[in-house]
Amino acid sequence: MLNKRSLSEKIVDNTNIILLALIALTMLFPFYYMFAVSFATYEEFVKTDLLLWPKTWVLDAYEYILGSKEFMRSLGVTVYVTVVGSLVSIMLTAMMAYALTRNIFGQKIYVFLVLFTFVFGAGMIPTYMVVQATGLMDTLWALIIPGAISSFNLIVMRQFFASLPMDLTEAAIIDGANDLQIFVKIILPLSKPALAAFGLFYAVGYWNSYFSALLYLSDPAKWTVQVVLRQLVILNQSNILDAGVQAGMDNPPPAETVGMAAILLATVPILIVYPFLQKHFAKGVMLGSVKE
Amino acid sequence: MENLQRTTELAGNLQEDIDLIVEPKISILKRMWKERYLYLLLLPGLLFFIIYRYVPMAGNIIAFQDYSAFQGFFHSDWVGLKHFKTIFEDEEVLRVLWNTLYLSFLQIVFAFPVSIILALMLNEVRNSIYKRVVQSIIYVPHFLSWVVVIGIVTILLKSNGIVNKVLGSVFGMDSVAFLQDPNWFMPLVVLEVIWKESGWGTIIFLAALSGISPSLYEAAAVDGANRWQQIWHITLPALKSTIIILLILRLGSVLDVGFEQIYLMLTPFTMKVGNVLDTFVYLKGIQNSDFSFATAVGLFKSVIGLILIVAANRLAKKFGEGGVY
Repeated sequence: MLNKRSLSEKIVDNTNIILLALIALTMLFPFYYMFAVSFATYEEFVKTDLLLWPKTWVLDAYEYILGSKEFMRSLGVTVYVTVVGSLVSIMLTAMMAYALTRNIFGQKIYVFLVLFTFVFGAGMIPTYMVVQATGLMDTLWALIIPGAISSFNLIVMRQFFASLPMDLTEAAIIDGANDLQIFVKIILPLSKPALAAFGLFYAVGYWNSYFSALLYLSDPAKWTVQVVLRQLVILNQSNILDAGVQAGMDNPPPAETVGMAAILLATVPILIVYPFLQKHFAKGVMLGSVKE
Repeated sequence: MENLQRTTELAGNLQEDIDLIVEPKISILKRMWKERYLYLLLLPGLLFFIIYRYVPMAGNIIAFQDYSAFQGFFHSDWVGLKHFKTIFEDEEVLRVLWNTLYLSFLQIVFAFPVSIILALMLNEVRNSIYKRVVQSIIYVPHFLSWVVVIGIVTILLKSNGIVNKVLGSVFGMDSVAFLQDPNWFMPLVVLEVIWKESGWGTIIFLAALSGISPSLYEAAAVDGANRWQQIWHITLPALKSTIIILLILRLGSVLDVGFEQIYLMLTPFTMKVGNVLDTFVYLKGIQNSDFSFATAVGLFKSVIGLILIVAANRLAKKFGEGGVY
C-alpha cells in the first residue's frame, strides 16, 4: 500500500515537472525562433518549413535595421522618454508619497483623491482634451506628464516610507533640520534600493508604452520604437524604414527577418533589466496588497 | 505666537510636548506654514492629480453637450441625456458592449484559473532551484509590450508563418487566416492574455501558499490524506480569500479589457467581433471627432465600473472576506 502510493506520487510529480517545463518552453520558444530566423537568409526562410537552426548565418537583417535612420531615431526617442520620464515619475512619486506619510493638514483628503482614481477612471476623451489644452500635443512631454504618477506606485511607496524607522527623523528634528532636509538627506538615501526598484518599473512602463504615443503624437519624427514596431511587424509596412539603406545593399533582407530583428532589439533592454526587476517585484506586489 | 513657535523649533526634544499643548490653539494657516516644506513636496503631485485626473473627470460634462471645439466647454449646446439614450438604441454600441462583456467572461473563465493552477503546480515542485528557474521564465512575458507580443503572434501566425507552414507540410492543411478570421479573434486574445499574464498572476497565489504552516501537511499525512486530498483540504482553502478578492477586482473591471491589446489586434475584418468599449471610444472620439458621444460611452463605462466595484466589495464583506477597501 505504501509502495503503491509513493509510485503514483512519483508519476504525479514527474508529470508536473514535465508540464511546467513545457509551459516554460512556450514562453521561450518564440524568442528562440525569432533569434534563429533573424540570422537566416531569405532563401532558407522561404524554403524551410520548420526553420530552427539556419545553415548559413547572415547579419543582413541587423545591418538593415541598425542602418535605418527611422529605427535608430525611434530608439533614441524611446531612450530619451524612458530616462527623463522615469526620473520625473520617481521624483514626483517619492515627494508626494513622503508628504502623505506625514500628518499634514488635509492628509486624508489627498489620500482619498489618490485612492478614488483606482475605482473611477477619468475617461479617454476628456483626458485627451486636457492634454491638448495644456499644450502637450505632439511633444514628447505628452508621453510623460499625463501618466507621470501611478496611483499604485504612489500608495506602495507611501507604505514603504511609513515603514522606515522614525529614530533618524526624530534625531534630525532635534538637530534643527526642516522637512525638506529630512526628505533629501535622510529619507531618500535610506530608500535608494526602493527608489531604484520603482524607477525600473516606471522605466519598463515608458519603454513599453504605445497608447500615449498613439493618442498624442502625429509627427513621425517623434515616433517611439513601439510605434515603429507596430508599423513594421503588425501592419507589415516595411517601407516606413528609409529606402536609403535598401539602395545601399545589393540584396535587401526580407521584411520577415527584419521584423524579427527589430522585435529582438526592442526587447533586449527589458531582458537586461529583468534580473533586477525580479529581485524586487515579488516584494512590491505583496506590499501593494496590504490593505490601507 | 511666532516667538512661541520659534522656541518650539529650537527646543528640540521638548517640541512634542509643547505641540500637544499648543496645537489646538494655532490656526490652520499657522499649521500649514509649519508644514510648508511638506506642502512643497506634495504640491507637484497634487497638481498632477488635479490637472490630469480630476479636471478630466469634470470634463465628462461634455457628455451632456453637443460639444464642438469652436464653441468650447461653455458655449456648446446642452442636450441632456441624448447621448446616453443613443447608447441603448445604437446597434453598434450594444454590439461593442456585448463584445466587451463576452471577452471579460471568457477571460474570467479561461485565463483567471490558469494562474491558480500554475501556482498549485509550482507549489508541488520539491526542487527549489527548478521551481525558481521556471518562475523566472514564466514571469518574463509580463514585462513585454503588447506591441511585441502581438508582433510575435503576427509573425508566428501569418500565412507564411511557422504555424501555417507546419500545418501545411505536416498535416496537409490549407493555410488558416488566424489574424483575419473573425472566429479566431476572441480565442487569440484570450490565449495572448494567458501567455502574457498567467505566469505573473501566480505571484500573489504563491505568496498566499507560502503562508501555510508545513505542520498542517504533516498532520494530514499522518491522518492518511494523499496528495490530492491535501491539495483539496489544505492548499485550496488557503487560497480562498485571495481568489475571492481577485475575482472581486476582476468583476469591478469587467468593462476593462485592455485598450492596447485589442486595438493592436483589430483589423477591418475583425472589427465587428472585436471592437470593445475602449477601442470604440478611441475610434469614435479621436478618429471621428465625435467627442460628446464618445465621452458619454466612456462615462457610462466608468460609472458602471464604480457601481460594480462597490457592489462586489459589499458582497465580499457579506461573505466575511473583508473586502478590498
